[in-house]
Amino acid sequence: MNAFLAAVGVDPWIAFFSLVTVVVTVGMGFWTAGKSKSAGDFFVAGRSVSVGWNASAISGEYLSAASFMGVAGMVMATGYDALWYPVCYACGYLFLLLFIAGPLRRFGAYTIPDFAEGRYDSPLFRKIAVCFVLFIGFFYTMPQMKGAGTTLAYIFPGLPYWAGVVVVGAVITLNVSLGGMKGITLVQAFQYWLKVFAITLPIFVLAAVVGQYQQHLAVNKTAQESAAAAAPGIERKALPAKAPKDEAWIAPFGKLTTKAVDASIAAAPTPEARAALEADKQPYSLLYTYSLIIALVCGTAGLPHILVRFYTNPDGVAAKRTTMWVMILIGVFYVFPPVYGVIGRSLTPELYDAVGAKGTDKVVLELPTLLAGRDHPLLGSVLSGITCAGAFAAFMSTFSGLLVSMSSALAHDIYGRILRPASSPEQRLKAFKWSALIVGLVAVGLGSQVEALEINFMVGQAFAIAAASYFPLLFMSVWWRGMTMRGAATGMLVGGLSALASITLTSVSDVAAAKAKKLTDAAELAAYWAEHPLAKGIADYWVAHPLARILCEQPAIWAVPLAILLMIVVSKATAATIPADVRMKMLVLHAPEALGLKQEYIKEHEGLGGH
Amino acid sequence: MSQTSPTPDAIHSDAFLARLMRGQLKLSIACALCFVVALVALPLLNYYQPTFMAQRVAGFTLTWLILGVLFFPFVWIISYVFIQRSIALEDAEAKAAKDGLSK
Repeated sequence: MNAFLAAVGVDPWIAFFSLVTVVVTVGMGFWTAGKSKSAGDFFVAGRSVSVGWNASAISGEYLSAASFMGVAGMVMATGYDALWYPVCYACGYLFLLLFIAGPLRRFGAYTIPDFAEGRYDSPLFRKIAVCFVLFIGFFYTMPQMKGAGTTLAYIFPGLPYWAGVVVVGAVITLNVSLGGMKGITLVQAFQYWLKVFAITLPIFVLAAVVGQYQQHLAVNKTAQESAAAAAPGIERKALPAKAPKDEAWIAPFGKLTTKAVDASIAAAPTPEARAALEADKQPYSLLYTYSLIIALVCGTAGLPHILVRFYTNPDGVAAKRTTMWVMILIGVFYVFPPVYGVIGRSLTPELYDAVGAKGTDKVVLELPTLLAGRDHPLLGSVLSGITCAGAFAAFMSTFSGLLVSMSSALAHDIYGRILRPASSPEQRLKAFKWSALIVGLVAVGLGSQVEALEINFMVGQAFAIAAASYFPLLFMSVWWRGMTMRGAATGMLVGGLSALASITLTSVSDVAAAKAKKLTDAAELAAYWAEHPLAKGIADYWVAHPLARILCEQPAIWAVPLAILLMIVVSKATAATIPADVRMKMLVLHAPEALGLKQEYIKEHEGLGGH
Repeated sequence: MSQTSPTPDAIHSDAFLARLMRGQLKLSIACALCFVVALVALPLLNYYQPTFMAQRVAGFTLTWLILGVLFFPFVWIISYVFIQRSIALEDAEAKAAKDGLSK
């Protein structure tokens, strides 16, 4: 076996740890499958998960391939600006805690579409809300699939990118359709601890050998320093031409936020035009930074697969406590991925030259193997095996969570409420399994297309869509009595869809441009663009209008206020249609459980002859 | 049971709901403001005081230290304070509502 692995260039330790992670994950899924019987078990784990378990499970589900691999890769590729990602991923939970977690749990519903229908007594609104579970979910699964493809291509060097996507997609889809939500809770909680272990242990060992976080940061000179600090014992390899310069990398407003303007400057015809663009560079990058912050902070509070987990808390107080623990658990985790990026810049600069699955996104996997070259061959393999296991845990857990929430939306909302309201629980359970299969297939199909895009960037885009659709919906529905169904639906649709459209536009044109870049022959290139005149037109438009490019790439800064404004204006215009029992609904959302209003509310609705 | 459970009129009044929501919202907004001020201020400081933010603190630049390390505990403190106060507020509301009835 070992001889075979060595023959195809596979490190046996890395293969071993990855295999163990997959086997344990699938095994736990099977083991718990026997325990989940009812529909409630499948959808919200019987609402009986304790704070500790639930916080670990939410964290496990949340820390995706973007957190595990993407953040490190992006910090390495673009420097300081990428730090906003881990910070806002973790701190976005504060908005969730302050405004949404407690009330949402008290209202009691399986999914966000349940909430949308219950709050406005409108089955139509449920259908609209369901669409966004799917939009956000698919945008979020694409980067997970890229993580899967990258990791498998790293472990098995001969394997094409798409094969990794297919293998991982199949394993998880099987796992989810067997265990549902309850199986998932246990697996997710386990995977959180696995990921923390897998990100911390290798970096501590590595830092002890090659130098600390701050030492590797200190060798990058800032614009204010004349030379980098002397750092005895800190090795630094020469940076390739493609890598950003020290001054731009370590300081704010670097490559990530100035990419659009830089492209325009490169194409500017006259020195005057170039100077004018140079003057715009700084203000535009400030705008980019704020838009990114809004997308990540508000988006965290509107992710359907995370929100559904709050319904598994026993009550509103537990929901709040869970949120706080989640913030602590993921905050601890997020300190570490940037360390890989910083040390990776010093020691594995060759990654700057590679693209796709071989680029900076794999620095977390690559870095521990350096120990092998420093007289610790076994240690290097073992630690790299551990980070691979962590990467597996990362994309498997997030993809499972997404699969559950999207399959629930299809089975519970579309099949159970819209297509066949009279279906039996057994039929719905069966529908859940079929839905998981369909969603899994689509996710694999989409995932195999996005090798050119950065993992972390794609996740940021899913957040922007959530920020412009669910966040305004939840925030306003919970705190404003005057909201009407039409107001909520208009705001969510216009905000969410316009964010979705502008993001799709940038991603599609980027994927097309990345393919064009690979063509070195001028005639081939011309033929390629002639085949895609629209993509060429969009790419040219971006170069001519860098501000438009920034606003399309990071739409949150205009889409979130737009959604909220529309909700207010349309609700005011249709004030006559405010739900008649809005006071009771608000009481259920805000009054402490001790008052027993929920039971009263349910009785009242049953008294009306079902609904 | 009828002695402890509130009569519908007391807790179903608009005044009770308004008081309930105002109390919780005030607390939430106060906590959110601390957070938002920090989020808005850091890019502005980077923008207008680049030299100050680029000074070295134990190898890190000041702004890297704040964003990459110190931001996390800052948010934990806000959330801890919020949870303590919010739960105390809920208990007080529940108690007040029940007391109001038994009189």
